[in-house]
Formats: sequence, structure tokens, C-alpha cells
Amino acid sequence: MVNALNVELRTTAMPSLVMTERENDTVVAADASGSFTLSEVSVAYGRDLVIEGVDMYVAPRSVTALIGPSGCGKSTLLRCLNRMNDELGNVKVGGRITLDGQDIMGRDTDPVELRMRVGQVFQRPNPFPMSIYDNVAYGPRTQGIRKHSELDDLVEDSLRRSALYEEVKKNLKKHAFELSGGQQQRLCIARALATMPEVLLMDEPASALDPISTQQIEDTIAELKSSVTIVIVTHNMQQAARISDQTAFMLRESMEEPAHLIEMSETKKIFTNPDDKRTESYITGRFG
Amino acid sequence: MNRVQRARFAEKVAKTVLGLMAVIVLVTAAAVFIYIVSKGYRAISWEFLTTRPLKLGREGGIGPAIGGTLWLVSLTAFFTLPIGILAGVYLSEYAPRNMLTRSIRLAITNMAGVPSIVYGLFGLAMFVMLANFKVSALSGALTLACMTLPVVITVTEEALRQVPQDLRHASLALGSTKWRTIRKVVLPASMPGIVTGSILGLARAAGETAPILFTAAVFMSPQLPRSPLDRVMALPYHIYAEVTSVPNWSENLIWGTALVLVAGISIVSVAAGVWRSIQRRKIRW
Amino acid sequence: MAISTDTKRGRALGRTASRRATEVVVRALVFACGWLAIVILAAIAVFLLTNGLRSIDEVGLGTMLTGTSWYPTSNNAQFGFLPLILGSLFVTGVALVVSVPVGVGAAVYLSEFAGRGFKEVAKSVVEFMAAVPSVVYGLIGVAVLIPWVRTTFQLDSGMTALTGGIVLGVMSIPTVLSISEDALHAVPESLRQASLALGNTRWQTTYKVVVPAASSGIFAAVMLGLGRAIGETMAVLMLTGNAAVMPTGVFESVRTMTGTIAAEMGEVVRKGLHYSALFSVGLVLFAMTFAINLAADLVLERQRKRWRR
Ligand SMILES: Nc1ncnc2c1ncn2[C@@H]1O[C@H](COP(=O)(O)OP(=O)(O)OP(=O)(O)O)[C@@H](O)[C@H]1O
Ligand SMILES: [Mg+2]
Repeated sequence: MVNALNVELRTTAMPSLVMTERENDTVVAADASGSFTLSEVSVAYGRDLVIEGVDMYVAPRSVTALIGPSGCGKSTLLRCLNRMNDELGNVKVGGRITLDGQDIMGRDTDPVELRMRVGQVFQRPNPFPMSIYDNVAYGPRTQGIRKHSELDDLVEDSLRRSALYEEVKKNLKKHAFELSGGQQQRLCIARALATMPEVLLMDEPASALDPISTQQIEDTIAELKSSVTIVIVTHNMQQAARISDQTAFMLRESMEEPAHLIEMSETKKIFTNPDDKRTESYITGRFG
Repeated sequence: MNRVQRARFAEKVAKTVLGLMAVIVLVTAAAVFIYIVSKGYRAISWEFLTTRPLKLGREGGIGPAIGGTLWLVSLTAFFTLPIGILAGVYLSEYAPRNMLTRSIRLAITNMAGVPSIVYGLFGLAMFVMLANFKVSALSGALTLACMTLPVVITVTEEALRQVPQDLRHASLALGSTKWRTIRKVVLPASMPGIVTGSILGLARAAGETAPILFTAAVFMSPQLPRSPLDRVMALPYHIYAEVTSVPNWSENLIWGTALVLVAGISIVSVAAGVWRSIQRRKIRW
Repeated sequence: MAISTDTKRGRALGRTASRRATEVVVRALVFACGWLAIVILAAIAVFLLTNGLRSIDEVGLGTMLTGTSWYPTSNNAQFGFLPLILGSLFVTGVALVVSVPVGVGAAVYLSEFAGRGFKEVAKSVVEFMAAVPSVVYGLIGVAVLIPWVRTTFQLDSGMTALTGGIVLGVMSIPTVLSISEDALHAVPESLRQASLALGNTRWQTTYKVVVPAASSGIFAAVMLGLGRAIGETMAVLMLTGNAAVMPTGVFESVRTMTGTIAAEMGEVVRKGLHYSALFSVGLVLFAMTFAINLAADLVLERQRKRWRR
């Protein structure tokens, strides 16, 4: 199995977190952290090994796109990064995954802790059945933040960062279900941002949306890049090319064998001059 | 007649016969309703609802019986709701998907089918005698709680099942623990179903006679119980006792009692149903 | 406002221990509640058995189950369950004759032929029928049915197995109807369309395709109606006359198992032989309904699996 891993594997611990202050008096994580290192990661559902031997480095404050045909394990791999696979019951994950040098799969890592630092946005917008404000404040409240002023600031800041604030600022008490699909998805992004994560995982965040909403989400991602690391799964090649810095191509060549990481490198290279033929044929639409 | 005509004719006959069955159901229910109302409404007065029975119930009111039933139902709710809802949460959110869980679920549905008189026997042996709560509101309520438990568990589980999995994942991915996810997202979203289902279960318990026959009920009592360890009068038991053991029981007053019981149960049930559909309209997935 | 990340993480880390503790406590509590149901069910069986033990010991289970006379209070007390069991079966038989054709027929009509409005009305009506307490059904029976049975069949007394059975049948209609309706509703629409597209009428589709497809569910509905009828107490107690003799027909007074327990438990010596015998009657009742309900549940579960795509 060829493993065209073009990125340098860094296993040293990353510098510790620093917070800086912005002009508008809100807190933004502007540290050099939020990098993932995966080595020899494999995943099995029960006896069914679906991913094998994935080595990957996700640089801090960059956008990494995961592409590959349906069923190749993109969502599964993404869920390894915040251990959401734990919630599915019959999943076994092997190998080593570190976030800023810390092993996240160890027994003493609390997945709850991890998920405060690694947020996720899902394929379909899934706001809670409560107000816009309460949706965004949900994460901070989980972390024990009770002060109204602090929550107000966090909610406003998160909504601004997800580019929803201007549309909803008049009525933050509105029920989240009254928003459009695109707005709901940006609300979900704001909700994830409100816990001040270093990493944001996005699983086809725009696949259920119209082109204009998609555009807005992409703009939001471009904005966020300066403050959080983003890993995004997408089936839209143009989207991957537009928004990502690195692209990882995964492929499961037959149902009998697990999926592998075929190639990962700078997006420009993947889309113009990939090392692997299979990458090229996938991108040019010959399969998948 | 050709084949098609025969088929048409058969359809007409079948439809008529089946429709007749449906009409029988409707007419029976309507007759029951009208009968109870027309026989009972004359007795209804403020005095009837609040004063105590006189001359073995041939005169006076049913105040203590209404109060006793309310006592029983409140105590029952107090015992059965927390346990039932938590058990529903266990089955829907925590229980592994295996044989054991399936047997627990089967046991619960089976509990719902155990005759109420058997619960009465159980309550007599367990609460009245073993726990030595004597014949009291407490014993009766505990018995009714055991009987209502499977209902509460089942409606809770059903309601929790309606909550989309995505919502749980969204909360967990924000760094919430499982319990916080359940408390803040899953339970609030399923409250309409749980509350309404439980109220229907409790309303049914209010009409039960057999479980309280030898655990809680007393034929005549001038006032409300002062503690849960007192015996209580209860509406359904009052009807039964009057009809079977008081010569020349007052038709007027007993039908009034039946009307109060049926109206109480129906009003609460309808209100719960309406409330649920209003809540549901707010939360649409 | 500036919080350094270190303190923020620090706070989060500090909460972990208590958060874990909460989670463990909650899990234990929730687990215990889930198990409580099993414990209660087991406790019911155990209590019936331990309290019935004296009669099983002194009279013998076989003797009780096959004994044809129930004279619990005479000097030479006899504890034969057969009159009671047969009494229950007679009343339940009548109830089924009433509830099955009406309940299943109405369910088929509602599911396959009725319009939406009619269906909605019927649903609320059935809910009302299910909500009326059994003692009220008993009262209606006393006022209406007992005189009617007496005059119509020219009997000395209107308190017969027939009287109790008819009322019981009416009472179990909601169970039979709603569960049959569920079973019919669960049959995929595509099946009906396939049959209609072959040129079958709606009725042909119903009896050739839909009802056979839902048959196990309808069977379960009948079983659950049966279970409900056997276990029903108050109405039969008020309507059947409670004569503890071997019944020979539905125009006679009978005494059911439930009625026996309800009528006699109030007057027995606690922990005496009669008391114990009544618990044994309860045990028989419990075993019968348990078996019936279990069968229905298993059938229903199989059906649910079948239609899950
Ligand atoms: N919960 C699960 N239980 C068992 N197998 C699963 C589960 N989730 C996914 N799989 C299997 O794992 C493989 C990878 O699934 P995954 O959802 O990660 O693919 P994907 O690349 O995200 O596909 P898509 O592009 O369609 O979203 C598939 O073969 C799928 O059948
Ligand atoms: Mg996916």
C-alpha cells in the first residue's frame, strides 16, 4: 500500500495555549495550537475494519479537506478526532492520535474535556429546540459560565464569527427552528465556536444547503481560519479546492479491505499535480 | 353478474358490515357517555362536591371521597414519576442493546398486563403487612404506583425515542456529559410526550378500585386523612361499596359520583392531550 | 475581559472529578430504576407464592386446580379452583364473542375505508371508552343490563355470566380495536398499491393482502383483549352474581377468579388457610395472564421486526 504522506510528521509537543485580547474586547484563541497528529490510525465497527494505517498531520489554524468516495470512512475518521465514535458503541479505534502532543485516546483523557476543545458541525443543521441565544450559550453554560455579561459577550462574539449576528441580532430569543436551513447551520457553527474550541470538525456542513447559504458558510470558514483549525469533509471538489490549505484523499478500494489514506498534501498540489493516479482519477471524476 | 360486478357487490356488503361495527363502537360509547351524564348531572352541586356523606351515603356529599382520590393520585405520582421516568431514561439512553435489556423491556410490557386485583394482593402482602403500613393511603398509593410504573416507563421510553440522535450528538460534541445532554436537551424535548402519557396513566389509576380494595379504602370517613397512614375514601370504591352493600342506595347520588369520576378523568385526559399537541406544534423535527 | 486559557482549562479540569462522580451516581440511579421493574415483577410472583404456600402445602396445588367445589368457609373447607377458573373462562368467552368481531371489524373499517375525519372522531371515542373506570361500567351494567337480561331471557336473576361477559366485551373493545388498528396501519402502503394495481377492489385487497399481512398483530390484539378480560375485577364482581358452583351455561350466575379474591379477601383471617388459598387463586391468575401477554408481546415484536424495511 502506497502511503504518499507528503507532510512532515511532527510529534513534539506544541507550545502551550496563549490567549490574546482583541480590539472589540472579546476573547479569541489566537494561539499556535490545535494541531493533530495521527499515526497508524485504524477503525473497526465490530469485526468490520473500515480504516487502516492512517498517518496524518493537521497543521494549526489551517483548513484541511477530507475527500473520497462515499463510504470510505471520512466521517468515521473525523469522529476519531473528538472521540464521538465512543458514542456509537461498537467502535474500536487503534493507533495514536495527539492533539498538541497530548494523546487523546488514552484512558485518562476525558472525551468530554476533549470535545470542549474540538468542536463539531454536523451534516444536517441540528439546533436544539430552544432560542438562538440558548443554543449558543449551551456550551459555555456546560463549562460552568453563569455570568450574564460573560454569556452575552460570548453569544454575540460567536454569532459574529459565524456571520449570523447581523441577521438575528434583533431577536436573539427567537426559537432556533424559525431560522432557515442555512441560518440554522451558521447557528450550529456559532454554537460550536462558543466553547472556544481550538479545532472545528465539519462533516459536509453545506451539503444540505442551497448555493447561497453554501457560499456564506464558505466565507465563514475563510474568516475562522485565522483563529481555529478546521477539518472539513466534503464531496464538492470545487469547495475543497476553494477553501482548504491541505487536502487528504481517502479511498476504500473494495468492500473486502479497509480504506487507506492515499495522498495528503497542499490543496494546490492535489488538484493540479497529484502524486497518485487514483487521486487524479477521483478528482477528474473517473470514479466515486 | 360478471366477475367485476360481483367484486363490487362484495365490496359494498363488506364495507357496510365493517362500517356497522365501527358505528356500534361509536354508539356504545355515546350511549355510555349520555347515560352517565343524564343520570348524574342532577346530583352535582357545590354541596355535593364538598360535604361528607350522611346515612351511609344515601344523603350528603362525596367531599371526602374526592379528597381521598386526589390524595391517592398525588402520592402515586410522587412515587411513580421519578422512578418511572428514570427507568425510561435507562432503557432508552443507557441500556446496552442485548438480550438482558430485551427481557427487561418484555417484563415491563408484561407488568402492564398483570390484573389490577393481583396488584391488590401484592400490595396487601408487601405494603400492608410486610412493611406494616397498615391499610392506608400510603399502602394504596404504593400499590397504584407499582401498577402505573410500566405505563410511565413505556411512555418515557417512547418519547425519548422520538428525539433525533443528531441532537444528542450535537450536545456531546459540545463537551456535555451524557447526563447533562439528557437533562438539558433530551428530556426537555420529550417532555410533552412524557407528561401527557404519565397523566393518562395516573388518570386511569384514579379510577381503579381493585388495587385499593384491601390496601387503602374505607367505606365511610367523615373527613380527609390527616397523614398518609390514614385510610381514605375513594370515588371508585365509594360507588362499588354503595351499590353492593347499602340497601336502597341513592341512585341519584351514586350516578352523580360516577359522573364526577368520569368527568374528572376525561377532563384531565383531554387537557393533557390538547397541551401535548400544542407543545408538539412548537417542536417539529 | 480577558481570561487566560490556563485558568479556563484549569477550571474545566477541576470540574472533571465532580462531573465524573455525578455521571457515576446518575448511571447507578438510572440503572437501579430500570431494574426496579424486574424486581417488582419478580416480587409479585414471589409474594403470591410465599403467601399461597400454606394452601399449596396443606391442600395441594393439584387438588386445588382440579377440585370442583369452592367452600372456603364451611367446617370441612373445600378449595377447588375449577368453578372459579371455569367462571372466568365463561365470562371471558362471552366477552370475546362481543369484542373480537366488533373490535377487529371496526379496526379494519377505520384503517381501510374510513375518511380522516371519521377516524379522528373514532379515535377520541375509543380513548374515552378506555378511560371509563371499570366500576362505572359495572354500575351501568347493574342499572341497564341486569334488568334487560332478566326480562329478555326470562330468568329469575339477571346476574349471569352473559351479563358480565357483555360488559367485559365492551370494556375490552378499545384494546382489541386500537392494537388491531396499529397492526393494519403498519402494513406498508406499497403492498396495498401493488394489489390495487392488479385490478383488485379495496375489499379484495383488504382480505387478500392487508389482513393476512397484519394477522399476527390482530392475533396479539385478541390475546391482549383476552388478558384484559380475564383480569378484570369490578365489573364482573358487580354483575355475575358470584355463585361458586360449576357453571354449565352462560345464563347462570358464575364466580370468577378475580371476583372471588375481591369479594372474600376483606373477610378472611390474615395468614389463615383461606387467605392463603386466595393468594393461590391470584397466582393462577397471574400465571394465566402472564402467559397470554407474553405470547402477545412476542408475536407483536416479531411483527414489528418484519415491517422494519
Ligand atoms: N455506526 C456504524 N456501524 C457500523 N458500520 C458503520 C457505522 N458507521 C459507518 N459504518 C461503515 O463504515 C464505513 C465508513 O463510513 P463513513 O460514514 O465514515 O463513510 P463516509 O466516507 O463518511 O461516507 P459518506 O461520504 O457517504 O458520508 C462504511 O462502510 C459504513 O458502512
Ligand atoms: Mg459521511
